[in-house]
Amino acid sequence: MGKTIAEKILSAHTDTDNFKIGDIINVRVDFAFANDITAPIALKYFRESGAKEVFDRERIGLIPDHFAPNKDIKSAEQCKLLREFAREYGIVNYFEVGKVGIEHALLPEKGLVLPGHMVVGADSHTPTSGALGAFAIGVGSTDFAAVMSLGEVWLKVPPTIKFIYSGKLNKWVGGKDLILYTISKIGVDGANYKVMEFSGEVIKGLSVDNRFTMCNMAIEAGAKTGIIEFDDITLEYLKGRTKKPYQIYKSDPDASYEQIIEIDVTKIEPQVAFPHLPENAKPISKIKRIRIDQSIIGSCTNGRIEDLRIAAEILKGQQVHPEVRLIVIPATQDVYLQAIHEGLIDIFITAGGAVSTPTCGPCLGGYMGILAKGERAISTTNRNFVGRMGHPESEVYLANPAVAAASAIAGKIVGPEEVK
Amino acid sequence: MIIKGKVWKFKDNIDTDVIIPARYLNTSDPEELALHCMEDYNAEFAKKVNQGDIIVAGKNFGCGSSREHAPIALKVAGIACIIAQSFARIFFRNAINIGLPIFESEEVAEQCSEGDLLEVDTAKGIIKNLNQDKIYKTNLLPEFIQRIITMGGLREYVKEEIKRRDK
Repeated sequence: MGKTIAEKILSAHTDTDNFKIGDIINVRVDFAFANDITAPIALKYFRESGAKEVFDRERIGLIPDHFAPNKDIKSAEQCKLLREFAREYGIVNYFEVGKVGIEHALLPEKGLVLPGHMVVGADSHTPTSGALGAFAIGVGSTDFAAVMSLGEVWLKVPPTIKFIYSGKLNKWVGGKDLILYTISKIGVDGANYKVMEFSGEVIKGLSVDNRFTMCNMAIEAGAKTGIIEFDDITLEYLKGRTKKPYQIYKSDPDASYEQIIEIDVTKIEPQVAFPHLPENAKPISKIKRIRIDQSIIGSCTNGRIEDLRIAAEILKGQQVHPEVRLIVIPATQDVYLQAIHEGLIDIFITAGGAVSTPTCGPCLGGYMGILAKGERAISTTNRNFVGRMGHPESEVYLANPAVAAASAIAGKIVGPEEVK
Repeated sequence: MIIKGKVWKFKDNIDTDVIIPARYLNTSDPEELALHCMEDYNAEFAKKVNQGDIIVAGKNFGCGSSREHAPIALKVAGIACIIAQSFARIFFRNAINIGLPIFESEEVAEQCSEGDLLEVDTAKGIIKNLNQDKIYKTNLLPEFIQRIITMGGLREYVKEEIKRRDK
């Protein structure tokens, strides 16, 4: 019997032979990280654990990205805990403001998560780096503390669902639309505890940025992780990012899947997920007269250079609607700098948009774009739960960067063609 | 361990943003988190919940963010056990890791009412509804997970493991 990519990566990281789905195994971790929300609890637990040092100073990331640059005194205290811990224990991959970016965009960019890696992040969107062929799972603070001292994590061996995407992508349709469409078909718990393996001719033609977006939102279907097989596009992305060796795993043709779901993308339009669940996606052509107060372009889901290029293509020579606040947040400093070099930031500001330094900020209702009671946002982020971006009576609609940019111009939710 | 408590009933897909909104995540002080627990869903919850109470919920409880603040807030607010039709996976492991007993039971989620008195035998996985005079048997958690819960959470396991490796 053949094996899936996920099973092969787990096999390579555990001493347990012949494990089967549902078994609990201990796996060795290649890279582990936490942010300014999840790390403080973990650092306290680590200090109390009796451990003298971390398992590997080079394989831990401390990334203050959520409420940093510090949004208030309490956040400043939390970020300070990370900084002090990093100095005391010699954590190599601590990223200070000015160098920091949103963790799930930053780590692949810096070559810290690689194909075949077992990655554990104290953040639910950790599956993002599955786009490089890694096995990346989100955990909590106690787990992260345990990994910091032991270099291992316990996990239940998951089954895999294989998604095969075929057909031709329509204009303005990208990874965000594929994943929103997929979640709308299987539901927000449709892949709970399972691995989502994205495959097929459409995925083979998809850029790494779009692949990141898909794996990023696997958690919104409850998945343990999302994963995409290594190929030439992955290889090209990795050039210049790492000199370290890595292992390439591919699923065997006779690998066993819990389910195989085939999706024809030819009929998929840009998708918009309505409040208050990511599964509530509707095609853009079915959406009429939904006025918006804010448009957010950024986050670990859609804050990469390709996302900004698409938004700029729509916004060039246009003006943001007078009743809309457009906020663009490049996910990392490298993305930000690249966007400056390409003239994208010029386009955003000339159009009347605000551009922020990298932060998770508004996505989770932290800061830098909080909604008041009754306000509505279109957003390229990943969650539209009650109160996610601010007041419990505000609303978030999830979409791709083209739709978010077009809607900012129109003042209501529209597709890119309507503002051209 | 036997847990006896009154039921708080919740619907499907209770997410971690509702359990503890991110606007309170600039602290990790458990007492402060507990004060705001479930506030956007039921403003009375944090005020009225008693030590030992039990949550019974629908499917996908705890979906969304990995914030351990969510099970911590519930535990410190007084919740002794959570029974749901199903749990989101990160919440599931976070609850186990902090030593908060949780069980999956579709029957209990369907049949139990708000305010019912439940008695849960965590070691045997037996849930009694004392109001409705019903007994439910849940699937036992895997041995390793039971061991972590019995030890009081993953932190205790890690402490022992560090000692063992130091030898």
